[in-house]
Amino acid sequence: MVPSATRTDVRETGVLGLGFATLWRGIREQPRLFAVAAVGACLYTLTGVASSIVLGEATERVMLPAVRDGHADWSAVAVVAAVIVGIGALRALGMFVRRLAGGTVVFRVQARYRHRVTRQYLRLPLSWHQRHSTGTLLSNANADVEAAWNPLMPLPFAVGALAMLVTALALLFATDPVLALIGLVVFPTFGAVNIWYGRRVWPLFAGVQRLRGEVSAVAHESFDGALVVKALGREEEETARFQARAEELRDAMIRAGRLRGLFDPLMESLPNLGILLVLIVGAVRIRSGAIDVGQLVRVAYLFTLLAFPLRAFGWVFGDLPRAVVGYQRVEAVLDARSDEPRGAGTLTAPGPAALRLAAVTYAYPTDSPPDGADSAAASGSRPVLSAVSVEVAPGSIVAITGRTGAGKSTLAGLLARLVDPSAGAVLLDGVDLRELAPGEVSRAVSLVPQQAFLFDDTIRANVTLGLDASSEAVWAALRRAQADRFVAALPAGLDTHVGERGTSLSGGQRQRVCLARALLRAPRLLVLDDATASVDPRVEAAILAGLRENAGASTVVVVAQRRSTIALADEVVHLDAGRVIGRGRHVDLLASSPRYAALLTAYEQAARAAGTDAGADADARPAAEAVS
Amino acid sequence: MTSQIPSPRAGSDPTADPSAAPAGSRPMSLVATVRRLRALTPDLTRGLVGTVALALVATAGKVVVPVVVQQILDRGLTDDGVRLGLVGVAVGIAAVVIVVTAVATYRMNLRLYRVSEGTLAALRVRAFRHIHDLSMLSQSAQRRGSLTSRVTSDVDQMSQFLQFGGVMLLVSTGQMLLAGVLMFVYSWPLALLVLGFYAPLLIVTRLAQRRLAVRYAQVRERVGELLGAVAEAVVGAAVVRAYGIGDRTARRIDGSIDRYRGSQISAQRVIAGVFALSEFVAALASASVVVAGVALGVGGSLSTGRLIAFLFLLTLFVMPIQSMTEVLNDAANAFAGLRRVLAVLDLPRDVRDPALGADDTAAAAGSPAGTGVPPTTGPGPGRDLPAGPLGARFADVGFAYPHGPPVLRDIDLEIAPGARVAIVGETGSGKTTLVKLLTRLMDPTAGTVFVGGVPLPEVRFASLRARALLVPQDGFLFDLTIADNVRYGRPGAGDAAVRAAFVALGLADWLDGLPAGLATRVGESGSRLSAGERQLVALARAQLADPELLVLDEATSAVDPETEVRLAAALAELTRGRTSVTIAHRLSTAETAQEVVVVDAGRIVQRGPHRDLVAVPGVYQRLHQSWAAGVGTTADTGRAAAPAEGRMKA
Ligand SMILES: Nc1ncnc2c1ncn2[C@@H]1O[C@H](COP(=O)(O)OP(=O)(O)OP(=O)(O)O)[C@@H](O)[C@H]1O
Ligand SMILES: Nc1ncnc2c1ncn2[C@@H]1O[C@H](COP(=O)(O)OP(=O)(O)OP(=O)(O)O)[C@@H](O)[C@H]1O
Ligand SMILES: [Mg+2]
Ligand SMILES: [Mg+2]
Repeated sequence: MVPSATRTDVRETGVLGLGFATLWRGIREQPRLFAVAAVGACLYTLTGVASSIVLGEATERVMLPAVRDGHADWSAVAVVAAVIVGIGALRALGMFVRRLAGGTVVFRVQARYRHRVTRQYLRLPLSWHQRHSTGTLLSNANADVEAAWNPLMPLPFAVGALAMLVTALALLFATDPVLALIGLVVFPTFGAVNIWYGRRVWPLFAGVQRLRGEVSAVAHESFDGALVVKALGREEEETARFQARAEELRDAMIRAGRLRGLFDPLMESLPNLGILLVLIVGAVRIRSGAIDVGQLVRVAYLFTLLAFPLRAFGWVFGDLPRAVVGYQRVEAVLDARSDEPRGAGTLTAPGPAALRLAAVTYAYPTDSPPDGADSAAASGSRPVLSAVSVEVAPGSIVAITGRTGAGKSTLAGLLARLVDPSAGAVLLDGVDLRELAPGEVSRAVSLVPQQAFLFDDTIRANVTLGLDASSEAVWAALRRAQADRFVAALPAGLDTHVGERGTSLSGGQRQRVCLARALLRAPRLLVLDDATASVDPRVEAAILAGLRENAGASTVVVVAQRRSTIALADEVVHLDAGRVIGRGRHVDLLASSPRYAALLTAYEQAARAAGTDAGADADARPAAEAVS
Repeated sequence: MTSQIPSPRAGSDPTADPSAAPAGSRPMSLVATVRRLRALTPDLTRGLVGTVALALVATAGKVVVPVVVQQILDRGLTDDGVRLGLVGVAVGIAAVVIVVTAVATYRMNLRLYRVSEGTLAALRVRAFRHIHDLSMLSQSAQRRGSLTSRVTSDVDQMSQFLQFGGVMLLVSTGQMLLAGVLMFVYSWPLALLVLGFYAPLLIVTRLAQRRLAVRYAQVRERVGELLGAVAEAVVGAAVVRAYGIGDRTARRIDGSIDRYRGSQISAQRVIAGVFALSEFVAALASASVVVAGVALGVGGSLSTGRLIAFLFLLTLFVMPIQSMTEVLNDAANAFAGLRRVLAVLDLPRDVRDPALGADDTAAAAGSPAGTGVPPTTGPGPGRDLPAGPLGARFADVGFAYPHGPPVLRDIDLEIAPGARVAIVGETGSGKTTLVKLLTRLMDPTAGTVFVGGVPLPEVRFASLRARALLVPQDGFLFDLTIADNVRYGRPGAGDAAVRAAFVALGLADWLDGLPAGLATRVGESGSRLSAGERQLVALARAQLADPELLVLDEATSAVDPETEVRLAAALAELTRGRTSVTIAHRLSTAETAQEVVVVDAGRIVQRGPHRDLVAVPGVYQRLHQSWAAGVGTTADTGRAAAPAEGRMKA
């Protein structure tokens, strides 16, 4: 999308100015190679001029006399032929150099910008990512970069054409000033038509580019949700939704095509009309003896030869609007600044970490603020966490519980510094996370997110994520995550590919691989966000038993809603609507807080109401506790 | 003579039989591809005669300049002096011709743009629909990003090419033909001479063309790879950050960017080589035309004007080749894109709606023009599900994922109409797979699934999807408001109906707590809601869709216990008299179900009511012991006491 601010810019500077500024940026990336391409192009076009001279001379000195006199000067003919072949060889060389060097410039510049854009993706904070759709970011890195530098491809040729124009004009003047006047009329007209076209076509192509983005967004979302579309049988409606956008795009393309369809024949007929002028004026001049037939042929041939390179301007101009839009979108990414402070602090203490949340408040950023300005101040929605203070002693286990949407995952994300608090601070070993050097937090803290995310890679790579770990270490982590048995049963074991986002695994299997990923790191602070929600009770029990055995090695914060997990904790924090409404030992909270008890004993209550008893089969069960 | 154009458009590949070249095996030839495209979108050739007529006029005008040059040189500028009148007339006529040509070109361009954009839009929509008609498995065999690019960038490439180069290519080809013909008119020996030079070039370009096709296929592949790598970094941004693996991810992306660039440059090299060569051949041809032309002129059989005109024509003859160098990248890309779109259309719709009729692409091609939407309503083959509650039966069903071991074996299962069934089992035992077969998101590799007594492959999707509904664990939400997401299952439902769905599920409180209520936007894939909240919306959607057979696959796994219990009670009430199948690891569901089905390692090992199963040793008893220990008061003893589940673990 084109921000309104840039739209005014366009009106002021004009698309041509912006377009050439964009191209200039590209040239500066590869100045030498671009120069090579331009020289190649000049070689190509100037040899064209040379060949028109040769043709003119050959007409006057060789062909006309030969036909007139009935015998030829064969050595002269041979020279002409040799010169034509020689010029052809140079022309071919020019063509080769221009194509290869020009193409290489474009592909290199595009690759460089892709590197930069994707680097930004990795550098920018998560809050920025949350404001930009996957589809947009994908097209920024691919289609927009491509559009921005596409006109670089014909640009060297346009440079060559310019050189040719100048030479041709000089040659025209040298041949006959009167004929040259025709050039002085035709060539500027040519330029004017190009500029007119560039102006008119700009808004059309800006619209086309925007519609392409919309088509792509619909397709992306629709395929992402393909399972739901299928399950609800909504294929037809989805198709209609897509069709509406596709047809809008089609109509916009046809509208742009109308202009383009006019531009092309104009570009083509202008030089031709020029030749006609040359012929008629030339005939007059020949009659008055000012020029000879050879000179007329030379000029006419020159116009014919010019027709093609001049179109290179058309290619450059025609693509500029897209380039400008593309570049603006790319620039928005490159200019986005992270407002996240980057400190230089390090964590040196070994062993489990001490964690403190000091009056942490967090509000999600509201709808996309203007690109580039990525400030926490932009976040004005209601806070999801309000003044949450928690203290966790090294080596202890703290459970965070609360109803759906209470803010648990948000809190977990703050601990791993996925985002920074809007107010208050998260402190590790007494140091504010914001004061730590990049990489420090992820070295000390491992988060197992609620949504298991796997990369399209092997199990091993998904567990190590580039960490240098032995197979034994990986197996040990898998064992603790209760994933060793199913991994061992996979066809290629650790080296089995899991497919895009882990599609070839079941939900519980994915979740355990993610858990193993965190356990392998033996983090100083382990954050589990409902990390056993998709596994069966037996596996869950075994995982918890493993955690308990290792208690003390890491500080553990676990988001959970089941008593089995919560009972592990030294302390429970009960969140509700972003506020801490209860803290203490599980047993104490059960007794003292009715809301806590209602949340945690819901299954039991339900079972009792249904006539079965959840706990009835567990042997030697102590008498039911008091539930208010 | 067109075959002398060194471009991938030239000629047809004799080895590629259009009918015998299914997707993926071998690239289709141009002719076969165009034929296929025409079969898909008959609009392609609408008004073709008029366009061709305009194109003929447009090309005719291209050769007017050499002709007028020849006329003037031979008849206007004679040795006896300059005949200005004749020159004037010739130039006047030529000027008219040029203007007429320009107008004809303009009209032709308009028609071509309209047809080509119309065709591409239809192709896009058709491919989009086809992708949705593919089975889940076929969809996930492709990267999501690559599916998207089938209906976006691949088509955009084509339209880009058609607008910027395609028309020009077409006209240039005509120009080349006409120039060739005129060359024969002016001097057939010289024309033959020229052809003599271009014949060997043809062979060279045929070889180059093949290499080029291979390289461009590689280029398109590398784009897919690049998009995949970037998509992972974008979608997995939180993991990348949490694990500090930015460097590693960057390296991976960098690799794919560089490989993409490498493949582009290597394709470029072929192009540059071919066109430099053809440029040189053009020079050789001109040189020999001069020599031979002078010889012919000396013999008196060729006038100077004709010789000069011939040289002008030669320029017109080779100019299209130059034009092509400019658009060849686009052309090759566009062609590769077209092939990929067609290849997607060639993927069989393996879990077919019987209403679509027999097979497939042939039948689909005949569907109503343009829209690409196969008719799914109206009378057709296939049956509707019977009215009333739906039972289900698995008869000797087995399933294996492609290239994988069997995941389900010998499944015989009867679900009575109106029954409330819970499916439990260890993770990875095959529960999700089982319910995907039940709702025909996949077809079994052995045996048959019946719903309402009808074998699923015979049930029309319109009926099946309206009556049987699966709510997956990750209930995908669209970037719309909550109301629109809930309505998604029943378009046309008003806000009151949407609200009623939440109320019926006991979720009114939650809804009222949202800042904008029903109008709250959920963000991309629902990312502005918490995981549990997303599930609540997905459930409300199912509630509003009101199916006869409701299948919940861990649909409340992220919801807090209190809400979950409340939801379960509400759902039990709402599905009374209907059939419900629920997968849950929280065995509270199993405790209240009429029947529990226990899946273990791909087989059904136990079934019966909770009370019976829990009393006999077996998988269910073990699972339940863990569950009870987790939710029961024994859990409360916490870290201090020896945990029951610790002891229990073998
Ligand atoms: N797309 C796939 N390709 C290959 N194998 C798969 C695919 N999906 C699942 N599997 C395998 O099939 C088996 C059964 O998977 P399924 O998803 O049915 O398990 P589940 O019982 O639902 O487990 P969970 O409780 O963890 O959700 C697993 O071993 C899994 O690895
Ligand atoms: N990206 C976002 N933008 C705006 N609001 C958000 C965003 N993510 C979450 N929220 C809101 O913040 C609140 C807390 O969400 P959070 O994910 O932290 O809840 P949770 O306690 O983890 O819930 P659950 O148990 O369902 O996982 C919710 O009301 C949710 O709607
Ligand atoms: Mg959460
Ligand atoms: Mg499952």
